[in-house]
Amino acid sequence: MGKEEKKIIFKSVNDLPPMAMSLGTMWVNKTASWRNLRPIIDYDKCIDCMICWKYCPEPAIYLRDPDERVAIDYDYCKGCLICVEECPVDAIYTEEEGK
Amino acid sequence: MKRMAIVGNHALSYGALLSRVQVIAAYPITPQTQVVELLSEMCADGTLKAEFVKVESEHSAMAAVMGASASGARAFTATSSQGLALMHEVLHWVTGARLPVVMGNINRAFGPPWSIWTEQTDSLSQRDTGWMQIYAQDNQEVLDSVILAYKVSEQVLLPTMVVLDAFFLSHTSEPVEIPDQEMVDEFLPPYENKYILNPDDPHAFGGLTNPEWYMELRYKIHKAHEEALQLIEKEGREFEKLFGRYYGLVDPYRVDDADTILVAVSTAASTARYAVDLLRERGKKVGLLRIRVFRPFPYERVKEILSGAKKVIVLDRNLSPGAGGIIASEVRGALANVKNHPPVFSYIMGLGGRDITTKNIMELFEEVEKMEEGKDIIWKGVKI
Amino acid sequence: MRKLTIPREEYMTPGHLACQGCGGALAMRLALKALGKKTILSIPACCWSVIDGPFPYSAAGVPIFHAPFETAASTSAGVAAAMKILGKEDVNVVAWAGDGGTFDIGIQAISGAAERGDNILYIVYDNEAYMNTGIQRSSATPYKAWTTTTPYKFPKARPKKDIIGILAAHKIPYAATATVAYAEDFVKKVKKAASMRGFRFIQVLSPCPPGWKTPPEITIKLARLAVQTGVFPLYEVENGEKYKINIKPKKLKPVIEYLKLQGRFRHLTQEDVDEIQRMVERNWKVLLAREEFSKQIEKIV
Repeated sequence: MGKEEKKIIFKSVNDLPPMAMSLGTMWVNKTASWRNLRPIIDYDKCIDCMICWKYCPEPAIYLRDPDERVAIDYDYCKGCLICVEECPVDAIYTEEEGK
Repeated sequence: MKRMAIVGNHALSYGALLSRVQVIAAYPITPQTQVVELLSEMCADGTLKAEFVKVESEHSAMAAVMGASASGARAFTATSSQGLALMHEVLHWVTGARLPVVMGNINRAFGPPWSIWTEQTDSLSQRDTGWMQIYAQDNQEVLDSVILAYKVSEQVLLPTMVVLDAFFLSHTSEPVEIPDQEMVDEFLPPYENKYILNPDDPHAFGGLTNPEWYMELRYKIHKAHEEALQLIEKEGREFEKLFGRYYGLVDPYRVDDADTILVAVSTAASTARYAVDLLRERGKKVGLLRIRVFRPFPYERVKEILSGAKKVIVLDRNLSPGAGGIIASEVRGALANVKNHPPVFSYIMGLGGRDITTKNIMELFEEVEKMEEGKDIIWKGVKI
Repeated sequence: MRKLTIPREEYMTPGHLACQGCGGALAMRLALKALGKKTILSIPACCWSVIDGPFPYSAAGVPIFHAPFETAASTSAGVAAAMKILGKEDVNVVAWAGDGGTFDIGIQAISGAAERGDNILYIVYDNEAYMNTGIQRSSATPYKAWTTTTPYKFPKARPKKDIIGILAAHKIPYAATATVAYAEDFVKKVKKAASMRGFRFIQVLSPCPPGWKTPPEITIKLARLAVQTGVFPLYEVENGEKYKINIKPKKLKPVIEYLKLQGRFRHLTQEDVDEIQRMVERNWKVLLAREEFSKQIEKIV
């Protein structure tokens, strides 16, 4: 499971479980379009304090490979900007989407 | 196997014991209390290895057995009247979640005014909750029906209500055969359900479902009821092989050549059986159709048996105010598509525990003999 | 490996349907980090009925039973009974409910389960109104707050219900408050509660940007200010007697710093603010006194 998760397609009633039982995860639902402002991490300023990671309600901030620095998954980030607000060193700035 | 004189309430308790229920959650209400008192003792002395959650309301009782059943435990509760009404919301939920909970309900009239006596309006008001409903006519059937209910419920993933009359069964001692545990175990395997709350295979149950698939899930519930129609009779025959007693969807009596057939449920049907015998002795061609299973409604059986009669009487110890007898409405519905179907005479009687005597029932046949056109509602015994 | 202050493992997936900056979504993410995989959630009607995602998907990563509104505690009681009889007592049986389902419609079932000592961890993510139905007042709504059923001209006339007081009166082993701002404290409390048996209760204040009429980015700031102003103190109560305040600001910040950021309080007059300030200070002193008193209980009894 993860970002590659595929949508579940039912063709008929026969494909359904007896009750409304989940068969997949919400990884299928990319929420990038919710975002107006895109938070961008300035890695020169970032002090690896992990506060943005800690407070992300999605979570759309993860520890990237291989250096384990925080990174934003723009497929899922809804643009709430808690990370921008909470960053103690102003290492996250924003850009308007679609520009 | 041993034979004991027990009240109907205790027949429910023994049914739960022999079904090896694992979680019980219940709240006391007259006339159900003896069911849970005996089960409490059984749990306390280790006769029954079950968790008994002594909840603070019937609403919580039904929610707790729902949670238990969803977790893979065989769950049981019992209630009556106001308690059943309080459960109403959760009854729908248990069906939608497809949980094979079994519950005893002692039929008792609704208040106000306060009444503790029998009437079927409480359980029949739960008609559309999707619960299977079995109406027992004696204490042996009460006990046996609990075991049968689990057997069928767990195959079709639908809950079942085993229903009995207040006092006439709940508090009346009758000789009852208590089946051997090994034989019950042979008939009823342990509860296994792959659709359960399991951290090793996590699923969410009952999440928001869009109009795109909601209807299909309801269709499945209905299909499960249709499947249960077959299964109830099949398991009834299996049960008969082991225990020598058969229980089906309906219980016809002397109907083969009957001109007039009376439809009834529960203990009123036992009384009616005796009335039929007396009338037969007088040369009247009368018969009885006891409806044992009200949901799923046995349309085909009812049609088969009633369409050959010249007149049909329905005895309803219940009332849907503004409409009439609830079972009569089902019977009329069943006959509607039968060509030249017999007229239906719908009697309301015995509400709030008023006696229904043999004499009363013989009068119904006598009254109907003089009538040609069916009647939507006839009040029997109201002091007008 | 980074030095992390809360567990690294994620159970909740992104893509869920919470609004931007949702405190309730973050509360779940943090709680699951503390609880781990061996967890079963019962969720009554609340924002999380929607957040988790539509059939056939789920975001939580642990089993969920969606339950009727007032049944979080009673459904969980049944789950806990089943876990016991089935020998699966290593599973955390968790009721996860909003403030409406807890303070209002579900309180009878909570009281029943608490009194019985059912083996449940009950977590209320408290966003201080019926947010899922569109911001109607609940008994968790604070004094003078706007909601759609307490309009500006007639804001809520009574203070927020003291739910911890009610639970403490049941003498349950553990009751605690938390907020999403103090994530380490919340995670620690969930872990502590999970390690105990019986009925345990945690109230986690979870700011709601649409309901509080606040920009989503200040969710954490608000949850922090709620603690720093004394509006929502962080404390634990063990066995209904032993009070412990977890965060004790040397000096409480003025409540206006918390209130002025929220649209739901924008109608407040100076008098209102002063009154709230007095109420908060009084409650804070009472709480300090309770903590002090609980140190002496051992000597008294």
